[in-house]
Amino acid sequence: MALTSSMLFSSVGKKLLNAVSGLTLLGFILAHLIGNLTLLTGNSDAFNAYGHFLIHKTGVLLYVFEYGLIVFFLLHIITAVSVWWDQQVARPTSYKKTASGGDTSKKTLSSTTMIYTGALILVFAIMHLITFKYGPAEAQGYTTIVDGVEMRDLYRLSIEVFLKPGYLIWYIIANALLGLHIRHGFWSAFQSLGLNHPRCTPILYKLGIVVALIMGFGFVVIPAYIYFKGGVL
Amino acid sequence: MSETKNITVHLKVWRQKRNEKKGRFESYTVKDVSTDSSFLEMLDLLNEDLTKSGKEPLEFDSDCREGICGTCGLVINGVAHGPQQAIATCQLHMRKFKDGETLTIEPFRAKPFTPIKDLIVDRSAFDRIISKGGYVSTNAGSPQDANAILIPKKNSDLAMDAASCIGCGACVAACPNASASLFTSAKISQYALLPQGQPEATRRASQMVDQMDLEGFGNCSNHGECEAVCPKQITIANIARMRREFFKAALRS
Ligand code: HEM
Repeated sequence: MALTSSMLFSSVGKKLLNAVSGLTLLGFILAHLIGNLTLLTGNSDAFNAYGHFLIHKTGVLLYVFEYGLIVFFLLHIITAVSVWWDQQVARPTSYKKTASGGDTSKKTLSSTTMIYTGALILVFAIMHLITFKYGPAEAQGYTTIVDGVEMRDLYRLSIEVFLKPGYLIWYIIANALLGLHIRHGFWSAFQSLGLNHPRCTPILYKLGIVVALIMGFGFVVIPAYIYFKGGVL
Repeated sequence: MSETKNITVHLKVWRQKRNEKKGRFESYTVKDVSTDSSFLEMLDLLNEDLTKSGKEPLEFDSDCREGICGTCGLVINGVAHGPQQAIATCQLHMRKFKDGETLTIEPFRAKPFTPIKDLIVDRSAFDRIISKGGYVSTNAGSPQDANAILIPKKNSDLAMDAASCIGCGACVAACPNASASLFTSAKISQYALLPQGQPEATRRASQMVDQMDLEGFGNCSNHGECEAVCPKQITIANIARMRREFFKAALRS
């Protein structure tokens, strides 16, 4: 019989799915960040070649990853909203006064705002896709030639976008929220998977802060660098 | 030791009549409270005053008043069992509070903990979770030789730690999600760590978690507030163990 759907959607199962999908998304954005660093080389060919590689050289794998990502994203959102909804129902009368028990508590601004930071990440992700994936392409004249092959000039688009101060501010806010989401999310995912160890868990908890900072600042460094260099890298 | 003195405290207490849908806060002032008295003794003083003036005394749960039965439990100034760690409400003393301080006193709030009266809530949901497997159903027979079954010291210690749960419900009260994961995980862990618990391990983990969900407790988001208020300092490592037991059960069943 193995895993039944009722087990997967039990309180424990839901958190398993939420954690697996959350860690997958984290893996994706980490790879995304590393890839984007090619922008900072200032060599437009490097970034375009990277984009070209992903779009034209990965074949069917690209679709596997794209659809896989959508599935994990949806799974994450569904389980997250369900966890959040259960919590609304489970305490019909709220406390007049709430305070933290302190001591070993891991309740933080991050842990109590997961649904809000998550929702804004979703808004950001959609707008980000509209700007880039569905943004101006060859038809609008965004073409370039790398290694003798004509391709979409994603470098030009990225530079143009990040020269607008509004975008920069929005990216700073969105990525700070992403960092906040990961600050609790990182260690919490391991706990949800049943992985708790007296020596490892405190390390994972601290590592979560490091990962959150890398994510929060990493994605801001790129647009900020472009903006303050006036697009000439 | 700080010196004994008498203080005055102002209370904002949740009052709710039997079968009443909604309760409300009432304000009281209790004078001449010795700082050596316990929190519940302070409430006893309030009740004496209320009785003398012909008012209905405040109902709250308590039994052993030495922190071992798990009957008492109040949320004091927003923290289950009050400001001091690793104790039940009955072990809290008035020396923890300042003269003239206002204390907000509320019941343990969660949907499955239905209000009975004032600060008393029905915690029988915990009993129903236990009834789904929080026991070992072997016929124990006559006493065995000591060390007939070898158990690593580490496991017996961890099992004892889990078994120290007194089922007070503070974990649920303190959880932002009103989850009963700490309680349920302690009751699963105390057997998961011992050989005697193995024959029924699969059934225990899946059925107790099922019952926990059925009662209407929330999910666990790993805030760890439960551990911070637990009078027996049960750790959330038990929640991780419950999850492992549940996954094992899912794969075995
Ligand atoms: C790149 C995007 C995202 C990443 C990397 C990410 C990562 C994570 C991780 C690692 C966790 C911890 C899982 C656990 O506690 O077991 C988590 C939890 C959570 N995520 Fe996300 N997430 C992302 C997007 C979203 C979105 C779009 C939402 C929208 C609703 C969301 C809502 C939540 C919520 C509410 C929780 C906490 C669940 C709980 O209370 O237990 N996340 N996320």
